[in-house]
Amino acid sequence: MIIEALVAGLIVVGGVFTLIGSFGLARLPDFYTRLHGPTKATTLGAGALILASMLHFSTQESVLNLHEFLIILFLFLTAPVSAHLLARAALVRRVDSVTEGSDTADGHRRPDLEPGAGEPAKVEVDPVPTDDPSLATDGP
Amino acid sequence: MISFAVVFGIACIGLAMALNVYRLIAGPDAVDRVVALDTLYINAIVMLVLIGIRLDTGVFFEAALLIAMMGFVGTVTLAKYLRRGSIIE
Repeated sequence: MIIEALVAGLIVVGGVFTLIGSFGLARLPDFYTRLHGPTKATTLGAGALILASMLHFSTQESVLNLHEFLIILFLFLTAPVSAHLLARAALVRRVDSVTEGSDTADGHRRPDLEPGAGEPAKVEVDPVPTDDPSLATDGP
Repeated sequence: MISFAVVFGIACIGLAMALNVYRLIAGPDAVDRVVALDTLYINAIVMLVLIGIRLDTGVFFEAALLIAMMGFVGTVTLAKYLRRGSIIE
C-alpha cells in the first residue's frame, strides 16, 4: 500500500515535471533559455517516472528489478552532453538571444556591440581639490 | 491508485509531446528543431515506460533503451552537422 502510494506519487511528479520542461521549451523567449527546460526539468521527470516503474515491477514480481536503471543512467549522462553540443552549435550559428550581442563564437565579448561602443572613452577627471568642504563632493 | 496516476501521467506526456511538436514546427532556427526532437525522444521513452506499467508488461524496456541510445547518437550527429557543416572529418 505504501509502495503503491509512492509509485503513484512518483508518476504524478514525473509527469508534471516532464510537462513543465516541454512547456518551457514551447514558451521561453530564445534558444538559450529554451535549452534549460528539456535538460533539467524533463530529465528529472523522466528519472522519477522510470524510478516509479522500477519500484512497481520490483514489488509486483517480488524480485529486485534494476535493469531500467540503465535508462536513467543513460539519460542522465547524455542530457548535459547533448545540451552542451547544441549550445555550441547555436553559438557558432549566431542564434539570437534576448540579451543581444553579448557573446561570440569564441566566447569573448564583442566590444562593438556593447552599450557605449563607438563613443570616445570617458577620461576620469580627478575632482579639483578645494579648500571649501561644502564644495567637495564625491561625484556628480 | 496506480491506474489513475498512470492515466494522469500519460495525459501529461501526451500534452508535452504536443508542445514539442509545436516547437518542432515553429522553431525559428534549426537548433530549436533539434532540441525539440531531443525532448520528443525522451518523452517517447517515458511514454513507453508508462504504457509498460499500464499493460503490466516488461517488453517495452528494450525498446526504451534502444530509443535512448539511438536518440543520443542522432542528437550528437545533428549538432555536429549544424556546427561544422560536416559530420565525419
